[in-house]
Amino acid sequence: MLKVLKSGFYTTVQDCGRFGLRDKGVPVSGVMDMETVYKINTLLENETKASVLEITMTGPTLEFEQDTYITLGGAEFSITLNNEPVENYELLKIKAGDILSYGRLKKGFRGYLAIKNGFQTSEILGSRSCYSAITPSGVVKDKSQIKYTKWSNFDPKISGLKTNTLLDETELYVGKGPEFDLLNDKQLEQIFFKEFTIASENNRMAYQLNEIIDGHSFSMLTSATLPGTVQFTPAGKLIILMRDGQTTGGYPRIIQLTDKAISIVSQKKSGDTISFKLL
Amino acid sequence: MKQYSIAIKPFGVHAVLIEWPDRVEEDILDDILTFSSYLKEECLINETFELVPAYNSLTVILRNTTIDFISFKNQLLNWYITKSDIKKEQKYLWRLPVCYDENFSLDLFEVAEKLKKTPEEIITMHTANVYTVYGIGFLPGFMYLGGLPKELEIPRRDSPRKKVIKGAVGLAGKQTGIYPQESPGGWNIIGNCNVPIFNTKNEEPCLVKVGDKIQFYKVSKATYELHKIEVEVGIYKPEKSKIDA
Repeated sequence: MLKVLKSGFYTTVQDCGRFGLRDKGVPVSGVMDMETVYKINTLLENETKASVLEITMTGPTLEFEQDTYITLGGAEFSITLNNEPVENYELLKIKAGDILSYGRLKKGFRGYLAIKNGFQTSEILGSRSCYSAITPSGVVKDKSQIKYTKWSNFDPKISGLKTNTLLDETELYVGKGPEFDLLNDKQLEQIFFKEFTIASENNRMAYQLNEIIDGHSFSMLTSATLPGTVQFTPAGKLIILMRDGQTTGGYPRIIQLTDKAISIVSQKKSGDTISFKLL
Repeated sequence: MKQYSIAIKPFGVHAVLIEWPDRVEEDILDDILTFSSYLKEECLINETFELVPAYNSLTVILRNTTIDFISFKNQLLNWYITKSDIKKEQKYLWRLPVCYDENFSLDLFEVAEKLKKTPEEIITMHTANVYTVYGIGFLPGFMYLGGLPKELEIPRRDSPRKKVIKGAVGLAGKQTGIYPQESPGGWNIIGNCNVPIFNTKNEEPCLVKVGDKIQFYKVSKATYELHKIEVEVGIYKPEKSKIDA
């Protein structure tokens, strides 16, 4: 078991998502920064769908009860293993009784902790991803315990990666959304030649942007939305839907983020800057 | 077979949107569901896909494929023209009990006043009608129901509630529906239905699917409480009947 001594601000178990139920209103969920998690799972030679901890803004303090191997990635925190500093993208050997402790957030917004063979929480509707309407708990709580597989001998092919992170990137590549043609020249200029800042309303469901562009009076019937869909409200607000975003919506879907762009946004916090580039 | 003029629009690199004429109509929904079944059974067999129907649209998501829009669009148009009327999924009419007791009908009196009706008349109209499930979204198991009588159309509440309880039955604009779980919400609440629409423990977690129909019937507080116990111990079976295509 992994003992959660302190859970941090918003820590969840996530895998690559819950699929096949979008027509029943179930969001995909899954890790926000897929690019990072793919790397740290690869270091552990895990399956792509192995579940990890997603750690937001303030990290947890964790005690490992069995031997295992872990890798960290994503946002940069000051992290210690038994009071010794450890780095992202390195394979860490864990002994029973070890304590991993997250300190100050230095860069980015979401850190990830992958473990050999993934966390063994129960799968619900094909996924271990926390989502409050589906899983018993929406977040990892203080004093809770998370099951994992004991792993004492692992001879990795590679022991570390160069930290090539997305944390400094601000350009989001986007494709056209279904209502892209609604945009006039002025709105196109406002979207593609200006920078936007992340609003304080940002979470796993959606990221709102502060800057308002010229609005519209287009009304449409409710229709599907996806992670990475940018909704355009009549008042001219832009909302980027994220992994826990609702599966349908009634606002025009003007642009659609690429998978990599979703990962970039996942590492942004209130006040950070982004810009859009059309593919 | 009936053919509509459909439009296919890009939706990022893993999805496209197919749109039918911009109307809420049973015939359109039927055509969408027919095409959806055809894509599922005959066309997309080598893909990992998801199909999301809602009102006048069908979103096709190919999870592991980077879509070449122009060629996929032409492929879809071709499939639409050549589609055959394959066996569609069985549709059901669900009769769902609603308790309009004052404990649950927080806004019933206000709604009645605004619509110049008595609360009894509101309940009679709400239960007399048969609604069509045009989409499921917003929350797991939240049904977008079409077919509300014009006399029951009422705007959303001026200020949404921070907490609407699970099972709350509401009215808003041209819509009526059930909150499948506790959530914030701005609909006018007129009753409660304690049939679990979405239950992760069931093999098919969502009771209804797009294309099914819903009719509400009024139950007393005592019957509501009885249903509640039956739901808790897992013996409650909602009434359903097959709809012949």
